[in-house]
Amino acid sequence: MLAAVAFYVLAAMTIASAFAVISVRNPVHAVLFLILAFFNAAGLFVLLGAEFLAMLLVVVYVGAVAVLFLFVVMMLDVDFAELRQGFLSYLPAGLVVAGALFAELALVAYAATSADGAPIALAPAGEGGVTNAEAIGRVLYTEYLLVFQLAGLILFVAMIGAIVLTLRHRPGVRRQDIAAQVGRKRSEGVELKDIRPGQGLG
Amino acid sequence: MAITLTHYLVVAAALFTIGVFGIFVNRKNVIIILMSIELVLLAVNINLVAFSAHLQNIQGQVFAMLVLTVAAAEAAVGLAILVTYFRNRGGIAVEDISQMRG
Repeated sequence: MLAAVAFYVLAAMTIASAFAVISVRNPVHAVLFLILAFFNAAGLFVLLGAEFLAMLLVVVYVGAVAVLFLFVVMMLDVDFAELRQGFLSYLPAGLVVAGALFAELALVAYAATSADGAPIALAPAGEGGVTNAEAIGRVLYTEYLLVFQLAGLILFVAMIGAIVLTLRHRPGVRRQDIAAQVGRKRSEGVELKDIRPGQGLG
Repeated sequence: MAITLTHYLVVAAALFTIGVFGIFVNRKNVIIILMSIELVLLAVNINLVAFSAHLQNIQGQVFAMLVLTVAAAEAAVGLAILVTYFRNRGGIAVEDISQMRG
């Protein structure tokens, strides 16, 4: 009973905050509602018995992606009111497409699953009473090792891509050039002057 | 009343629809479009985890992790492109982004 109440609260909060993400005027508020949506989705994952994925969602999305969004929104000096115009003109077409899409998806969900009305169980824990994280690790590092490595490669490429895209060499900034320092010769740095006594350096 | 798989699927369908709807109505704001894409991917994740619990199979959660990875990479590269574009053009209006059209 309590699980059902928790499900309805979390689901309603997820959907409400997701709707707020796309409809509020201030993009900073949109990012904060996105964080709320992810938190509630993490709660849904916990209800399903996928604790590891729930914590991953909080760490990756709330801790990294949402903060990245927040940084970009706050750094870019954009007139967001100007970007919002046309909101109402796109509304009818969007409503039609969204309504059709939701009707189809809900129809498929009911048609495919209403035959067995069994309550949803917790996620498989694996044999021997291991935890959810251990159950994931047992297949992730054996059966899906290649996929796991590929995921790391994707992150690596994305990291390099983001750095290359945003790195900027401004002219006029003096940087240390180690090759020039090491390659310096004595003849370029030292000059011998023959100074006569009592004359000084004219 | 017990919570069944259908409940989770409907929640995911609603999230997916909201994401697509957000792309439609915020057509000029790339940042909101990127956030809508994140919502769509979150809906996919909810579907994967719900089916993982329903079918008693852990593989769904492994794939949800991979979706999470791709979503994080996509957000990073997308925002990097956005920052570079803003630096070059001084604005992020989507309809101006047509220079690369062949």
